[in-house]
Amino acid sequence: MSAAGDLVAQVKSLLGGDVLDSHTHVGDATVLVAVARARETLKRLRDDPSLSFNVLVDLTAVDYLGREPRFEIVYHLASLELAPPAGEPCRIRRRLRVKIQVPESPAEADSVCALWDAANWFEREVWDLYGITFRGHPDLRRILLYDAFKGHPLRKDYPKERRQPLVGPRN
Amino acid sequence: MTQSTIQRAPRPKGDLHTETQQIAMGPSHPATHGTVKIDLEIDGEEIVEMDVHIGYLHRGFEKECESGTWYQAIPYTDRLNYNSAILANLAFCMSVEKLIGCEIPRRGVWVRTLASELSRMGDHLTRLGAACLELGAMTPFLYGIEARELCWDLQEMLCGARVTSNYVRIGGIQRDVTPGFLERLASSLVRIEKLLADFDKVVTSNRIFVDRFRNTGMLPVEKLISYGVTGPMLRAAGIPLDLRKAEPYLAYDEIDFDVPIGTTGDNYDRFLVCQEELMQAIRIIRQCVPVIEKTADESVNVADPRVRWPAKERVFGRMEELIQQFKGVTEGIKVPAGEAYAAVESPNGELGFYVVSDGTGKPYKVRCRPPSFTNVAPMREMLIGGMLADIVPTFDMINMIGGECDR
Repeated sequence: MSAAGDLVAQVKSLLGGDVLDSHTHVGDATVLVAVARARETLKRLRDDPSLSFNVLVDLTAVDYLGREPRFEIVYHLASLELAPPAGEPCRIRRRLRVKIQVPESPAEADSVCALWDAANWFEREVWDLYGITFRGHPDLRRILLYDAFKGHPLRKDYPKERRQPLVGPRN
Repeated sequence: MTQSTIQRAPRPKGDLHTETQQIAMGPSHPATHGTVKIDLEIDGEEIVEMDVHIGYLHRGFEKECESGTWYQAIPYTDRLNYNSAILANLAFCMSVEKLIGCEIPRRGVWVRTLASELSRMGDHLTRLGAACLELGAMTPFLYGIEARELCWDLQEMLCGARVTSNYVRIGGIQRDVTPGFLERLASSLVRIEKLLADFDKVVTSNRIFVDRFRNTGMLPVEKLISYGVTGPMLRAAGIPLDLRKAEPYLAYDEIDFDVPIGTTGDNYDRFLVCQEELMQAIRIIRQCVPVIEKTADESVNVADPRVRWPAKERVFGRMEELIQQFKGVTEGIKVPAGEAYAAVESPNGELGFYVVSDGTGKPYKVRCRPPSFTNVAPMREMLIGGMLADIVPTFDMINMIGGECDR
């Protein structure tokens, strides 16, 4: 079995029924976990000594308009070796993509700010651009756009040509 | 919009000071290179609270990418980081190539490696030069910028543009190295080494400079990891993470180079790490040259018209290739449905692309994982309790590039 396949098997044996689906397309290990258990699952992935996903590399969302549930939130995790042998560079032991599916309404998920500080700004960005709220986020404000902006532009039903007060006229 | 968003901190009883002061720095400030607004609450010169506002350069990068073909997204990646556009081109193309499953010919890999390091040098030179300028030292800035000009001139010889390179292609590169490039490269590297030596003499042990950089902008390693900080900022704190070593891509596993690290993680260590990485980049480039000379008769692109359209001389003389080029341009390449993430070590850290394809000719989702974004996020924690004057060197070493941070 490939390295990604081994990792998926290991994650499945740790999380059991919390893993709803998985694949290892083009060598990337991916698991889909239950949205209600997302925070708990991610915490276990972070804290399990044999996996130790200590870095939240990326957090984003994808809008599958027309599909139910509509949104996917995608976490890219990495397990970074912090104390390599003297003089050796760090290795990234493994990478894992964790996905959860979020319905259009309520478009809500649990915040993972308490697990990784990086999630704070990432989740603000997902709220800003996709309109997904994160329960338990300490400071869920828009980050890239301005407060008076209406709508969430990365949703597939937000027209690219729409203008807003500070976006300016069409040139 | 100009009103401060900071919650006022309660003052301790019996303090002689009466009130803290709220000031806004930016979004366009002469001492920062990067468009960011910082709302500050200061007590005398000490920073009590700060709130960093980004987004002033948001252009809807991801939205634009979703509306064109895969090839049409490449020029947008140029506009992420103006200093190292080639690396953004590369990261995007690598993620798409991962999805397609195509292997780049050896010569293409080595030319890409050389171009990456040239790009990295341009970025580091800007960071170091501009840091000096913003602390009031004009002369070293000019050394840095002269060296960057040499890098950009070389980049212009490679792809015709000094800044917006649009150089890397899905399945190869825009064109092979041009005649005279390698000779010009050799002489430019000698000149750059001379400039770096001069720069080093003027700056590195300069008392004023060291005092501003030493012991400022530090954060414990655990915090840096938790914030997802990568690149020279993490290496300066003693963690030798470099994707070129950790997950070797291109030709890096065949190249001999060192990963410099710091000990304290302050701005001075970040500065030294970047300085050493410039020397290592020169070392890498010099190792690329013999391979590129040896493989002069090989192609830099994959020979698959579904991925990379044929060379121009064939397109203009043959029917089949003309059709392939026509289809490649009008319909775009068809990327198999699926998702992939690929990352490169950019001058600021891990620059990754998460791409989702639905099998049509257009990207369904192009997510750029910007190192500037994750590196700016911990700035608040780095600076609270520090002095107002620490903002400038810390922001310089974070090297936030608005185009990449805000996308």
